[in-house]
Amino acid sequence: MRILPLLISSVITVGLVVTLNSKLLLPAPLGKLLSPQHGVWQNAESSQASFSEDFKFPQLTGKVQVYLDDRLVPHIFAERDRDLYFVQGFLHAKFRLWQMELQTHAAAGRASEIVGKIALKHDREFRRLGMVYAAESSLKEMEKDPQTKLACDSYTEGVNAYIASLTESSLPLEYKLMGYKPEKWSNLKSALFLKNMSENLAGHDNDFEMTNAKNYFSKEDFSKLYPSYQDSLDPIIPKGTIYEKPSIELKVPVDVDSNYLNKKDLAVTTQEEKPDRNNGSNNWAVNGAKTKSGSPILCNDPHLGLNLPSLWYEMQLHTPELNVYGATFPGAPAVIIGYNDSCAWGVTNGGRDVRDYYEIQFKDESKREYWYDSAWRKTEFRYETILIKDSATYMDTVAYTVFGPVMYDQSFSGGRASNSRYFSVRWKAHDKSNELKAFMQLNKAHNYEDYLLAISNMKTPGQNFVFANKVGDIAMRTQGEWPAKWKGQGDFIMPGTDSTYQWQAMIPFEETPFQYNPSRNFVSSANQDPADSSYPYYLGRGYPLYRGIIINRRLQALNDITPKDMMSLQTNNYNVFAEMATPLLLNNINENGLSLNEIKMLRLLKAWDYNNAPYSRGATVFDVVWTNFSKLVFDDEFKNAPPVIIRPLESTLLQGILSDSAYKFIDNITTTEIETLSDVITIAFKNSIADLEKAQKEGRLEWSKFKDTRVNHLTKLEPFSRLHLSIGGGTHSINATKSNHGPSWRMIVSLTPKTEAYGVYPGGQNGNPGSRFYDNFIDHWASGTYYPLWMMAAGEEGDSRVQWKMSFTN
Amino acid sequence: MKFIVSVLLIALLSLAVGLYLPWWTIALVAFIVTSLIPQNPMRSFLSGFTALFLLWGALAWIISSNNNHLLAGKVALVLKMGNPILLIIVTALIGGLVAGFAALAGSFVRRK
Repeated sequence: MRILPLLISSVITVGLVVTLNSKLLLPAPLGKLLSPQHGVWQNAESSQASFSEDFKFPQLTGKVQVYLDDRLVPHIFAERDRDLYFVQGFLHAKFRLWQMELQTHAAAGRASEIVGKIALKHDREFRRLGMVYAAESSLKEMEKDPQTKLACDSYTEGVNAYIASLTESSLPLEYKLMGYKPEKWSNLKSALFLKNMSENLAGHDNDFEMTNAKNYFSKEDFSKLYPSYQDSLDPIIPKGTIYEKPSIELKVPVDVDSNYLNKKDLAVTTQEEKPDRNNGSNNWAVNGAKTKSGSPILCNDPHLGLNLPSLWYEMQLHTPELNVYGATFPGAPAVIIGYNDSCAWGVTNGGRDVRDYYEIQFKDESKREYWYDSAWRKTEFRYETILIKDSATYMDTVAYTVFGPVMYDQSFSGGRASNSRYFSVRWKAHDKSNELKAFMQLNKAHNYEDYLLAISNMKTPGQNFVFANKVGDIAMRTQGEWPAKWKGQGDFIMPGTDSTYQWQAMIPFEETPFQYNPSRNFVSSANQDPADSSYPYYLGRGYPLYRGIIINRRLQALNDITPKDMMSLQTNNYNVFAEMATPLLLNNINENGLSLNEIKMLRLLKAWDYNNAPYSRGATVFDVVWTNFSKLVFDDEFKNAPPVIIRPLESTLLQGILSDSAYKFIDNITTTEIETLSDVITIAFKNSIADLEKAQKEGRLEWSKFKDTRVNHLTKLEPFSRLHLSIGGGTHSINATKSNHGPSWRMIVSLTPKTEAYGVYPGGQNGNPGSRFYDNFIDHWASGTYYPLWMMAAGEEGDSRVQWKMSFTN
Repeated sequence: MKFIVSVLLIALLSLAVGLYLPWWTIALVAFIVTSLIPQNPMRSFLSGFTALFLLWGALAWIISSNNNHLLAGKVALVLKMGNPILLIIVTALIGGLVAGFAALAGSFVRRK
């Protein structure tokens, strides 16, 4: 034996192996990552891959058959509910495990465990918002109800059965690349997933921003810049609806003017700007009087962030008592938006303000006691342990008052509050509720009464639930458990030293605005105000107006409607905001002395038909000119404003100048002369030319290229994302597709004796970037086409659409 | 002859252990084979290198072709390698180097 060479070459070998098996070169061990039998190559799904398989699980009580169709949509046929939800969990995990875990980790404030320090601020914010606290209280309700408990238990067993079957080589791609492993699923994780949707849909408030605006502007200017009721309002429940006298008599605090509405010293200091978040959605239903078939048609397209893998996963669930098809959430049992043999339903976000802040007076920095109703009260503490990848653990202490967690304090301002004051958050999503029950009961609903009973469980996030059934009923309900507020309550930070500013009661279910078989033969919602000002409870402000207007205008005009008409309506790019604003711009642009290039751009705007079509150049000109105009109008007023503030809505500016051409804010207060509307619009137009010419040079003048819609992978890794999609639409169009936000699931259900349904979402059924089913729906979605949705019947096992079969036995 | 037998043995055994054991067992396989089939150090190294370069290269190539290079294209971009063929070559090289050095070490076990 030659010791020295043996030693040297052994050391080299071991060194190589150790290096390649460690995370020195990459976040993941390179040797393991590239080993064809273990690493990423194992995730390269063959184009001939078969998904047929036989599984045996002792947890099952009977047989379950799954038929996967040519789009990889599973049709699950089970004998019992518990087996059904087991297999639903198993399939969600099989095709979407990584996103389920990532999203629930993020919801729980545990993202730092996966991505490291970069997520610490997010994690602290979510812990301080009380996300886990909220999920835990929700879980208690879910587990109190035998039906939802059974579904959650079986679902969790199914997910865990899949996780237990994983080997190094079958681990989803992202785990390999990021070098970690999945942990066990639990019912709490499903609760966290649903709470994450609450955060997404009912976790938006502008209380700090509005407080700053109130402090900065005079009372008169403030009410002009932030009106609480808009003129061209076409609410969800039409104007003129008669509302009963409210059953709750709200006591407005006696010092409301001096200590709240007109109080100026609640300044909050801050550095960063808050990201703009606008979740929108459309839904509507028409009854048989308006359709060609004589049966109702229901449509829904919820607008959410566009991600890969998609938030949605299509499924059919079938047992002897249940047959439902639609979009499911990987992370929770049941179908969320869909239809069964009797009815269909869909949702848009209610968008009312259900998150308010109270300023707390602590006795001292220890935060052990706070002043409330003329006495010192004891605080409760929740200790948050945040594990951080490659870093020391972070410990956070969160004080809880009668209102809720003290989210912002000396150690955390969230970029919007103040490090010298204390703000407790009162969030509706902290209250006990069992939203899963709403969906489980909707899955089995037969009639209008079942629908009402089901959605009465939906408390937060409040949703506008549209409904239609085969008997011919249509309905819309602005469902949610909404706090009854006096006018202005919760628009700003409220005093937290006594109970007078607290929410006093919830609006009773019977007093929620709704419509059932209305004489106009249709119902619709697009996130606009739920009702007009005759509704006796305060509804807050800031609802988007324009999609609702165009939807109602079109539905009013349409007759003999077919599903095809609904497809063109749902993908309609008409911009009703531009229809109102463009003439105003054109009438005020002074054409004298315009350069040749300016005239060219003006011609594009003049020739524009208000359609945000993908190839439209007029749409781009309008967008750029309006943005510059809005900046020019308000930049001077906001020049010295605190950084955490919110600008007036586009609708406020448009309504302002439509009703008053001498609109107060038109004049530039930093110059001595008085600018007219025409001056400002002409300057805004000229200011736009440089940007427009640049876009033209780069070949981005066409609207779809200028807007540049993309569907990002959840890590934002570009190779796993789909970029530069050719799609029109925009904020104010029914096709509300923005750069990374838009219709996340389009569904049309015609409730004819044999249901005719269509749907599409921007993603694919398989979450694996190495699968041809990863993003195969995206081009369909972008081009505005739909897939027929197949409600498979027992006996259709031999249908040519069935490509693969999975069988589950115990 | 010894060379070809070594290459074949290392490749086949690596394929087999790879089904059940961690990726780095290819090093053990190469080490054991060259310590049992004595060749000079250079030839030993080459037999280990060739075996795994060919095995991993071929496996990656077959898998990737069946996948129309869909995933390899994406992962190559993530790892900043540009194209799927390069990713296959890097895969083959890593396998080849680890097995090559292990085989070299193995060749010294019985040498005087």
